[in-house]
Amino acid sequence: MNLDYTPEQLAYREEVRAWVDANRADAPALHGQWTDTAWIAGRRAWQGALADGGYAGVTWPQEWGGQGRSPVDQVIVDEELVRGGVPNILDYIGLGMLGPCIMAHGTSEQKQRYIGPMLHGDEIWCQMFSEPAAGSDLAALRTSAKAQDDGTFVLDGQKVWTTNAQFAEFGLCLARTNPDVVKHKGLTMFVVPMDTPGVSVVGLEQISGDAEFNEVFLDGVVLGPEHVVGEVDGGWACALTVLMNERLSIGRDVTGFRMDVDRFPPPIAADAHARRDPEVRHRLGDASVDLLAVRFNGLRALTALQQGQVPGPEAGLAKLTMVEAATRAADLVVDVLGPSALDPTSEWYHVVSYLPGFRSAGGTAEIVRNTVGDRVLGLPPEPRSDKGVPFSQTRSDGAVEAR
Amino acid sequence: MNLDLTDEQRLLRGSARDLLAGRGTIAAAREAITDPTKLPDLWSVAGEMGWAGLLVSEDHDGVGLSAFDAMLVFTELGRVLASVPLLGHLTASVLADRADGALAAVLADGTRRAAFVAARPPGDVVDGWTVERETGTGRVPAPVLAADGTLTGATAWVPDAPGADVLIVAATREDGSPVVVVVEAGDASVREERTYDATRSVGHLTFDHSSARELDGLGAGDLAGAWYLAQSLLAAEALGAVETALEMAVTYAKDRMTFGRQIGSYQAVKHQLVDVLKARENAYSLIVYAGLAHQDLPEELALAASAARAGAGKALDLASRTCIAVHGGIGATWEHDAPLIFRRAQISRRLLGGTDDATDRVAERVLAGATT
Ligand SMILES: Cc1cc2nc3c(=O)[nH]c(=O)nc-3n(C[C@H](O)[C@H](O)[C@H](O)COP(=O)(O)OP(=O)(O)OC[C@H]3O[C@@H](n4cnc5c(N)ncnc54)[C@H](O)[C@@H]3O)c2cc1C
Repeated sequence: MNLDYTPEQLAYREEVRAWVDANRADAPALHGQWTDTAWIAGRRAWQGALADGGYAGVTWPQEWGGQGRSPVDQVIVDEELVRGGVPNILDYIGLGMLGPCIMAHGTSEQKQRYIGPMLHGDEIWCQMFSEPAAGSDLAALRTSAKAQDDGTFVLDGQKVWTTNAQFAEFGLCLARTNPDVVKHKGLTMFVVPMDTPGVSVVGLEQISGDAEFNEVFLDGVVLGPEHVVGEVDGGWACALTVLMNERLSIGRDVTGFRMDVDRFPPPIAADAHARRDPEVRHRLGDASVDLLAVRFNGLRALTALQQGQVPGPEAGLAKLTMVEAATRAADLVVDVLGPSALDPTSEWYHVVSYLPGFRSAGGTAEIVRNTVGDRVLGLPPEPRSDKGVPFSQTRSDGAVEAR
Repeated sequence: MNLDLTDEQRLLRGSARDLLAGRGTIAAAREAITDPTKLPDLWSVAGEMGWAGLLVSEDHDGVGLSAFDAMLVFTELGRVLASVPLLGHLTASVLADRADGALAAVLADGTRRAAFVAARPPGDVVDGWTVERETGTGRVPAPVLAADGTLTGATAWVPDAPGADVLIVAATREDGSPVVVVVEAGDASVREERTYDATRSVGHLTFDHSSARELDGLGAGDLAGAWYLAQSLLAAEALGAVETALEMAVTYAKDRMTFGRQIGSYQAVKHQLVDVLKARENAYSLIVYAGLAHQDLPEELALAASAARAGAGKALDLASRTCIAVHGGIGATWEHDAPLIFRRAQISRRLLGGTDDATDRVAERVLAGATT
């Protein structure tokens, strides 16, 4: 058991650090508004610079422009970017989740066409899965993709909470090609160029007032068969690959929010009274215990990854702990600093505003508990009224028609 | 970077688990509530297995293993609620090993049994080395070694003190500087206290001009190290009990039917069990951190060991109560095993400063880290 880095890893860290030092002047601000086109342009260019330096797609196979390096090297890059105070890649959704899906399920033409520009940030991707009536119950989605006689598909429907759609060139979209089978057997994954006629994106303001995610309307969007990823009606397998890769990225801090144990003590330490107050100390200690556990949960997961194991559903538990503990710690910081810490100019405004939604992003706390209970503890699943029922026989609200 | 157990560690853990299985320790934990003589004698087993000398160097006839190895054994002890006075002995043996080879050697083979009489290291708010009182939240100064070589003072709730042959005491000189002294058990007054958890041996100690021998060359660092070792061992022991509670409750949740369904299919039950698993995962991660700190990160030991103690303590509180709750009425009966884990949790959380003190220490360390 050790935390030691190999000489190669130490050398790699030096190399990354030197690169960050040499290129820092070109980096955009760490934080900005997600609707600020100038900042986004800066983030794209910065991702391009990272890719040219070999610091995007660190673990991707070399065949697709990645570095073929270990997960530890990815952590080294992440840490050095945080240390340098510069942003990571912009398209963490594409590189972290969607690219790996295309690599696993796409045709060689698709890989040739999409992977390179994705890596360099020339083309940004968004994940078009959730819908107004299908989030946790993703397979109940209703966006339809009707096959035409000429081999094309026509997509109609609506996606929602689509992060980065406001500037994305492509979306990976799950839609229903066959309503007459059980819900997850009639889905197909499509590549949607966001400038296709019939695609419209409307920003959704979040708690902070910023608009990171969007509604995406699909209105008679025509896509050729070359846009299908994987098999027609085989989209659920692609979606599972995306969700599995989402777990891989859970421990990574790509958003720059850094909900780490070191994040919260400084404002309390700076307050001579608060730092001796037993109640404040108890709350800080309690949250810090959990945030330290999150740090070492991550290192344990990294050990498993290095040995070629894939992260299981239990990876979601670390996210639950992180959100819960960071929420308690952030509340404490604001209690100590006072209500002015909730002014939009304060860094805590963003942390406090981000956490309640983050609890649901990538699977709500309840869904994580259901999945871990079923798959890790082996507890019996809940009865489902739509089990084995063709999608077309379920009501529009998802319930099964009375028969 | 590798946080996996080594093959040797897996072997150590496996042999401990095998050895403890089938000894009826859990049933004994219940019988001993009314009749303490019902506890099986595990001390001789500990001697045979080399556990008594686990942390004594090979130079002094010990096994020379690491703190993390001892923590692995403690998890197995905790898993079956075993009653064996190793918490006091192992921490004491580490101090003896550094200063008195002859003493270390007789502790290593188990011919003499030691107990460490701990003191909490000074903090940023409370200065000085302090010990527990029998009742009340305040702490009192550690026993004092007078210029004439005698020790005077009192320490309450000392794990494994009853029946120990020799006490290794965290004390101070009259000027408040820390010192480690050896007191023969016969030279102190040891009053055994039967507690809510019959497997836990604790005593209240009084030293009244007791003759004491200083262990030369040991100081604040060694005493703090022994305190944090004890915190780590308690954490590891709690983890084992958490795992037993979770296993018991999950098994029952798959078995028990209400309203035509297994109770484990109800989210209200399932989510409680997942929260115990979450606490277990967190506790194990912190125990790994503490193990690493003992080995490689001395400057983080206070933080890591305290976090492990607090995290595992929280996990045990949650696991033991959840285990009872998931069992419904049967869980609240004398005959059931779930309350034995609850008894374990109730005493463990209050020993050696308690989980709250460990939590405060974590706050102290992260605040200190933010200041420098
Ligand atoms: C910041 C953010 C970014 C996001 N980005 C994207 C994105 O880029 N692309 C994308 O496709 N989606 C994205 N999402 C959507 C996210 O995946 C969904 O919000 C999430 O899956 C929950 O779905 P929902 O919003 O429909 O809530 P619902 O599924 O309607 O859930 C509502 C409530 O009911 C509970 N609930 C639902 N079902 C159960 C059940 N079986 N048992 C117990 N409780 C249940 C939930 O836990 C929740 O509390 C994002 C969300 C957020 C907050």
